[in-house]
Parts: sequence; C-alpha cells; structure tokens
Amino acid sequence: MAKMTMIKAINAALDEEIKRDDKVLVFGEDVGKNGGVFRATEDLQANNGEDRVFDTPLAESGIIGLATGLALEGFRPVPELQFFGFVFEAMDEIAGQISREPFRMGGTRKMPITIRAAFGGGVHTPELHSDSLEGLITQTPGIRVVVPSNPYDAKGLMISAIRSDDPVLFLEHMKLYRSFKEEVPDEAYTVPLDKADVKRDGQDVTIITYGAMVRDSLAAADELAKEGIDTEVVDLRTISPLDHETILNSVKKTGHVVLVQEAQKQAGVSGQVAALIAEEGILSLDAPIGRVSAPDTPYPFSMAEDAWLPNQTDIINKVKEIVNF
Amino acid sequence: MSEKIDFNSLLYSPDKAPLNVLDPEGNVVNPDLMPDLDNDQLVELFKQMLWARILNDRSTKLNRQGRLGFFAPTAGEEASQIGSNFAMEKDDFLLPAYRDVPQLILHGLPLSKAFLWSLGHVDGNKYPDEFQAMPPQIIIGAQYVQTAGVALGLKIKGSKNVAYTYTGDGGTSQGDFYEGINFTGAYKAPALFMVQNNKYAISVPRKVQTAAPTLAQKAVAAGIPGIQVDGMDALAVYSAAKQSRDWITAGNGPVLIETLTYRYGPHTLSGDDPKRYRTKDEEEEWHAKDPLTRMRNFLEKKKLWDDDQEKAWTDDVNQQIDAAIEEAEKAEEQKVSDFLKTTYVDAPPAIQEEIDEYTAKEND
Repeated sequence: MAKMTMIKAINAALDEEIKRDDKVLVFGEDVGKNGGVFRATEDLQANNGEDRVFDTPLAESGIIGLATGLALEGFRPVPELQFFGFVFEAMDEIAGQISREPFRMGGTRKMPITIRAAFGGGVHTPELHSDSLEGLITQTPGIRVVVPSNPYDAKGLMISAIRSDDPVLFLEHMKLYRSFKEEVPDEAYTVPLDKADVKRDGQDVTIITYGAMVRDSLAAADELAKEGIDTEVVDLRTISPLDHETILNSVKKTGHVVLVQEAQKQAGVSGQVAALIAEEGILSLDAPIGRVSAPDTPYPFSMAEDAWLPNQTDIINKVKEIVNF
Repeated sequence: MSEKIDFNSLLYSPDKAPLNVLDPEGNVVNPDLMPDLDNDQLVELFKQMLWARILNDRSTKLNRQGRLGFFAPTAGEEASQIGSNFAMEKDDFLLPAYRDVPQLILHGLPLSKAFLWSLGHVDGNKYPDEFQAMPPQIIIGAQYVQTAGVALGLKIKGSKNVAYTYTGDGGTSQGDFYEGINFTGAYKAPALFMVQNNKYAISVPRKVQTAAPTLAQKAVAAGIPGIQVDGMDALAVYSAAKQSRDWITAGNGPVLIETLTYRYGPHTLSGDDPKRYRTKDEEEEWHAKDPLTRMRNFLEKKKLWDDDQEKAWTDDVNQQIDAAIEEAEKAEEQKVSDFLKTTYVDAPPAIQEEIDEYTAKEND
C-alpha cells in the first residue's frame, strides 16, 4: 500500500496493464515522451517502449479511428482524448462506430477499447476543457461510461476497463487528479464495472452522484449529520448503463432522494436516474426527487466557475428541502 | 512486364494524363504499363467485371421487385472496383464504402450475405474470424481513419499484408479522409487508399468539392504518393494498384490512387434521379468508354473470349444470383433479444434485464 493521488493511481494501472498484456497500446497527443499533459502517462513510454506508448498527430477522429482499426487487428487500445471538450471531433468514431461495431457485426467482432479523457471544473481552464459531456455518451448503447471519484476506485476501475472486451469511456475529473491522496494497493486489483458504491450509509435521505460531486456530497453529509439528517451517499462509478439495484435499494430504504451532478440540468445522467426511480421506485418515495446540477448555459467563463458550479451549500440546501418536504 | 515499371513514373504530376493502357477499341496504347498477367488471369479479371455488371443489373431488378433493400449501383465502375481488388491478396484487409460490395464479395463474402446486408439483416454482417474485411461503411470517411488503425496494426505485427479502402470524389472533402491518409503517412503504415471519382456526389459535381485540379494531388498534403488513373481501364487500374501494393509492402508507407470513372445509374436506388443533374451527352460520352467493352475488345483480339463464353458465364452468374437470393430469403427472423445480447460482450445487469424481458416476450 502506498498513498497516491488519483493521477498516480491511473498511471500505475496503465503501467501494470501494459506489462501484463502485450496487446495493450497507449496513444494520444503528448502521451509519449512528454508523459501526458497531466503526467497520467509519465514514464510509460520510457519503461515500455515506443511501440506500446506513442504520440499521434493532432486529430481526435483520427485517434479514435486508429483505435477502431487496431482493435480489429486484435489489439487492446487505450487512446487518450486530451480534454473531453474535444470529443465532438471524435463523436462519429465513438458513438457511430466503436459503440455499434459488435452489435453491427452480430457479435463476430469486439472493440476492447478504453478511451481516457480529462474533464471537470474548478481549475480555471480555458474554454471547452472542463465541460461535463458524459451525458452525450451515456445515451449511446454499446459503450460503458465510467467516472471514478477517488484514487482507489480509479486504479481498480481502470484495470477493469482495460480488461473488458467492451468499449469503455473513462472520464477523469481534473480537480480530483491531485487534490488528495489515498491508500492504494501496489498490486493489480479490480473494482467491478456496472456497480455503484455506497460511500456512506444513511437512513434519512439518499444522494446519488458521481465524479467530483462525490467529495462534495460526502462533506455535505457530514454537515447534515450535525443537524440530525442521516445521509446515504451513492457513488454511481459506472454512469452508463446504470446499476439499478443499488440505486433502488437505497431509495427504498430512505424514501428521499437528491441527485447531484456537475453537468447542466438538461445534461449529465440525473434525468435518467430520476426516470428509473419514477418508473421502479416511486412507491418508496416520501417526497419529490430533488436535483442539484449546473444552470442550463454553456460552461462558464473561468472567473465565474464558483458562482456557476454546484457546491456543498447547494447540496445541503436541496437535501433539507427534500427531507422537510 | 510489371517488374520494369518504375513506381515513381506512375505518380501524379500537373502535366500528366491519367495512367492508361487500353484505348476504347481494346488496343494496348501504353505497353510500358501493361501488367504482368497471364491469359488465364486476364480472362478471370474480365469474368469478374462481367459478374459485377450482371450483379448490378440483377440487383437493380431485385430492388424494384422489393426483394432487395438498399442498393448503390456499380455499373460503369467495374474497372475501378474490380481492377483494383484484383491486385490485392486474400489476407489483405478490405474496408469498403457502401458502393464497394462487389469487392467485398470477391474478397470472400458469400453473395447471400451481401444480399442480407442490402435487406437489413444482421446475418449479412456476421463475418468469420479469418475474413479480413469490414461491412460496407455508411459514414463517408470513417473507413479512412479506421484503415489507418488496421494498417498500423499490420505494421506492428510485422504482417506482409496491406489494408485497402475506398471512397468517392465527394468523400475527399471529409476531415476523416485527410486524417486517415495523414495518420497512415505519419506512421508509414501499409495501406492503399482508393478514391473512385465518378464525377458526382449524388447531384454535386466534382468541381464543387474542391478547386484542386485532381484528387490524386491531395496525397501531397499527407506527404504520400498520389496516382491518377483512367478508371474505365481495368488494366491501368490493376497496374497502378499492383505496383502500389508492391511499393507499400516494401515498407514505404501508403499510396493514394484516384480512378476517373462514371456510374451509369443513380447514386442509390433510394429515389435519386440523375436526369436532374447529368446530360444525355455526358452519359453517352462515358458509355463510349465502357470498361467492359474495352476489356472484351482486348480479349477478343487475343482470341481469349467469344460470345459462347460470354453466354455461358452470364447464365452461370445468373444462377449464382438466383441461388443467393433464395438463400438470403431463408434467413431467420431477427430477434431483439439477440441484438441486446450482441450490444455488449458482457451484458451489464441493466441490459440483462432487457434481454430477459424481450426473451419472455419472444417466447410468448
């Protein structure tokens, strides 16, 4: 065990999988000698060779197209999109091609591709770096979308994603990269895909969230506890397809639910979670479903992030509103 | 004769006419480019072209009868499609566009599966592991970026094979077209990029796509060789493709070939009417360059082909088509539960719920 940041945990997972499976290839813009713009791929090329970890021309569709072709040749590609705001350039290859390929070929081909991308607000990036665009891909059948909230999950989920025979979009929140350290086992281990995780047990109200909002929700839960509100926090981890069982069990137990996401209200996955609860858990509810999300504008100018991004206070207020409904 | 050809002599330059071997009467006008094919191979090449023409004509009729679905006519493009495919090998990886079904079948896809693809049945896209091809690509340009990946994979594995792909003149305007050739060039990966310039992207003439005087010169932007060839001349197309393949497998990286060709029919049979945008004169001009007539004249002069052979082969092909469409029509009804089962290799629980739900419905 060692104390690691999330970025270190991701780096360790990539290094272990490259060494374990000679079909694993890591590539993207500046991931080679430079070690990635966030150092996620630091030393991977030096330790594993230019055939396994390499730079690409600056073109996102080309990068994901490259992954598609390499998968057809039996490789296990782990391409990087430098910032997820650049996904629009690669939407066809992700949503139009990779996600459909096994279905399209009647299960005779697979696409074991893990697309890594940084996203998320709070670090004053320039335009189209921080946008939460995960909702675009969660609406696409055939690909899983995974968003870790801490170093331990990040390493285990990354290893599971790379080993999966299905495509995975792996979104890494920039604010979580090195804001805290956590004990992470040195050896390879997996955290299961498709499984949400109850990060905090509670009896009164359920917060369902993912990504950076998990930390804010846990902090909010501590504050709420001081006022006698016992909050359960569910970290979705795999945000598509959703873990129905964990979501519904928690809602059934508490009867109150608040959905928390960093994305705009019309984006993200909260709408989908709300629909699931309305469809299969409505008789457990003692109050309407509460939602905390960003306003429905494009991602803000960086100086306005604090005013725009959902925060701990927003979560606390919404939970109180729902519990006291 | 091909061993004498200097690859560099094939390359596009602004003052050079498209590469050509046969004139419309089937005379060899450029013996330097005459490919090294024996008589049996020459006859086989023509038989494949004739097969493709018959398949086109029959597919059109079957579509009109409602026995086929989506169909993009190929008549007029036989030299371009078949001549290039004829230069490739069995384990080369084919990434076709929606009009490139003939190459896919000649590369090994059973005809009945090609018909199932047209009809919209998943069985048409179930390919054996060893079949080195993808189903026809509908998103114009996507096959180009994917070819970059297949070619890089072949290079990493040390394979002696190439990836080859096709797009049309309109497709050269796509970003993926440029990214595909540029990536492959940067990695010096083994790929042959074919551009079949039939003068129109649906109704939009080639001149509206770009001010570039040729499409072959787009290779310059990727730093790779570009070749422009008479796409109504099967021997010229074959020669260009074969020489390119040899050059590519020698480790030199990719090549872009533009074939100047023409489709006699509409863009697809889904409602396009070429009379809205093409003149009768233009169509007649291109019919006079017909790739089959040219090749047939050439073979007849060499006493390698006659009317009896033509009739026998035509009957044979028609029988193949009859058998294939009957086979296709026997396909089982598709099930939603099967679609769900192939959407993921390992079904997530949420998908498993839907599999169970639809399976129960289907068994009712």
